[in-house]
Amino acid sequence: MPTATTDPTAGTRSAGAGTSSSRGDDQVRPTLLAGWHAHRRADLAAHVAYHGAPPLPRRGDTSWAERFAGVVDASGLTGRGGAAFPSATKLGNVRSARGRPTLVVNAMEGEPASAKDKVLLSCVPHLVLDGAELAACALDAGLIVVCVPDAHDDTAAAVQRAVVERVGTGHAPVPVEVVRPPGRYVGGEESALVSWLNGGPGAPTWRPDKRRPLAIGRGAALVHNAETLAHMALVARHGPASFRATGSPEAPGTSLVTVSGGVEHPGVYEIAMGTALGAIVNRARPTDDVKAVLTGGFGGSWVPAAALGTAYTPRAMAEVGGVVGAGVLVVLTRGTCGIAETARVARYMAGESAGQCGPCVFGLPSVADDLELLAFGTADPSLLARLEMRVAAVEGRGACRHPDGVARMVRSALAVFATDAAAHAARGPCAFAGTASVLPSITFLSPNRARAGSGGRA
Amino acid sequence: MSAVVKVNPIACEAYGYCAELLPELVTLDEWGYPIVDGRPMPRHLVELALRAAKDCPRRAFLVEESAESPSRRGGRPRTR
Amino acid sequence: MSSTVLWYATRATGLMALVLLTGTTVLGILTANRSTSPRWPGFALQDLHRRVSVTTMAFLACHILTSVLDTYVHIGWTAIVVPFASSYKRLWVALGSVGVDLLLAVAVTSWLRHRIRARTWRAVHWLAYLSWPVALSHSFGMGTDMRQSWVIDLVVACIAAVVGAVTWRISLAAARKRRALAFLPVHHRPEGVPVKHISA
Repeated sequence: MPTATTDPTAGTRSAGAGTSSSRGDDQVRPTLLAGWHAHRRADLAAHVAYHGAPPLPRRGDTSWAERFAGVVDASGLTGRGGAAFPSATKLGNVRSARGRPTLVVNAMEGEPASAKDKVLLSCVPHLVLDGAELAACALDAGLIVVCVPDAHDDTAAAVQRAVVERVGTGHAPVPVEVVRPPGRYVGGEESALVSWLNGGPGAPTWRPDKRRPLAIGRGAALVHNAETLAHMALVARHGPASFRATGSPEAPGTSLVTVSGGVEHPGVYEIAMGTALGAIVNRARPTDDVKAVLTGGFGGSWVPAAALGTAYTPRAMAEVGGVVGAGVLVVLTRGTCGIAETARVARYMAGESAGQCGPCVFGLPSVADDLELLAFGTADPSLLARLEMRVAAVEGRGACRHPDGVARMVRSALAVFATDAAAHAARGPCAFAGTASVLPSITFLSPNRARAGSGGRA
Repeated sequence: MSAVVKVNPIACEAYGYCAELLPELVTLDEWGYPIVDGRPMPRHLVELALRAAKDCPRRAFLVEESAESPSRRGGRPRTR
Repeated sequence: MSSTVLWYATRATGLMALVLLTGTTVLGILTANRSTSPRWPGFALQDLHRRVSVTTMAFLACHILTSVLDTYVHIGWTAIVVPFASSYKRLWVALGSVGVDLLLAVAVTSWLRHRIRARTWRAVHWLAYLSWPVALSHSFGMGTDMRQSWVIDLVVACIAAVVGAVTWRISLAAARKRRALAFLPVHHRPEGVPVKHISA
């Protein structure tokens, strides 16, 4: 269960103030975590006291769904699960589908370096559930399913408590179920999640036409990240203008970011979109000079220290080779080896393949092999060329984006750590290759891939 | 109307028959899985592509009309 | 048609069917090497397997027809697919019936391959392996030509071909299994980020 520190810069702020792009007027700029910071309580009474009741539709109000969709559209809310797809469009796609839809709250958070959904569900579960109920009403959904990984018992308990609290209060017109799919890396991928909900293996399916909505049973499924729904709950209460009051015109609103790595205060921060990357990183107090940041998650991309002035929006980050994704930032400080960390991430990602597609099953481990050789093994001038070829070979050849993420991450590493890579290839591991990893604790396999008997299928 | 080939990566089990029939469009990576040229194919290859799609043991090789009018043909060869 | 002609036709087509079935089986086993290269034309082998299997069926059909039409011994139409329905050489003809049943199942499922579940097709095709020793036993049991040395040589060659192919396939499967184990994805349970700070 995450706890707050006694950091004087946290927790004492009133709703919405204190972000670096704040406007200075006293308009309410609602933020996701402000309610929790105000009361330090996650129960329904505290939630309603702070936010008021959710603006759920009255019986027989047939135009409410249309208005709600309009409000979401006007706010410019995009998905906070990684793809940044416009939420109103997604809502519209499912609204026009046949059958009784299901609303899926995706809190799977497969990224090891991300903790924002865990924090949301533990600290402000009612905000997420409000958003889920609102979206479900807009869809005329028959059921809301909250997906929490099987290993996260604390989070699941917190959500379950919140669900039980709402029963019979009028805050839960659509019934809610909490389910526990297996918490693999690809487990939160939309099609994998829906596959599991349909009784299948929970592996991604091949979707050559992404416009067709996913289906659960006879009806369509709308899958939304927990944070996206929490934002919807605020937008529905305070209007689109309040959401657009923070952030930048192209990327409005606030977002939760998980900062980890070589920092003193790893954790979850709510930031306004458009804040400078360096400012966000500094809030977590890096332990030393920042060398590079892994943005977007293990399937994201590395960004050099020179890009720390970039605004944290999808477009601006993309221009410097970064990714916003699910708001993950892993900070690499001076004295750690970027190649070594990349090798570790690649090895983890290879182990997280769903095991369905040949290029992923065989290609990712071979990429990890090459990276481990580069990071820890003997110098080899042909290694870099072979690695680039293999990275190109896995890209776009899986059913899901898992190999694409690895390809992107490795390519960015080879670009950002180019001099290190060349030095490793020519002269072998650098002095820092052996230092302890700053990555969130993940089990590493030895470089000779001694897999038999180690770990086994989860 | 132009045809493109696609591979369903989950169904594919690296038999390699598609590469054998259509080396112009399909090459195999180091583990035997197909890398396809997804651009619209020349007319004279369509017949072969449909054959490859029909005879793929896992029905992983697919011939489709290109993006504007997506209609899936798993490979009953049609004469033109 | 005189009984003698029918009798010779039965024996000839039967022997041909056995040889062709051997060829079909061996070709089918060879396609288990799921790869293709200039030295190993996988698609061509699979195609040949199919064509030889159809030829086998043709000869088998002649063999069955001529044996039933031959009134010298009574076999009866039902005995074609129902084992033990013949009074003549009950057991050995029954084996023939079992073989026919198996091959019919393979033929139908292969014809409808992509309309039935892949697992069903695969299961029936595995059963097809049985049709070869069944056909072989049927040939030995019926016995008419089995004393001739050239027939014995032919049958021994067929046995050698199938045994060789099966051995090869078993060793291939073992190698593939070892390779697959080496690449088994292992799903970890990361502890994730220690959340020491939650900030608005």
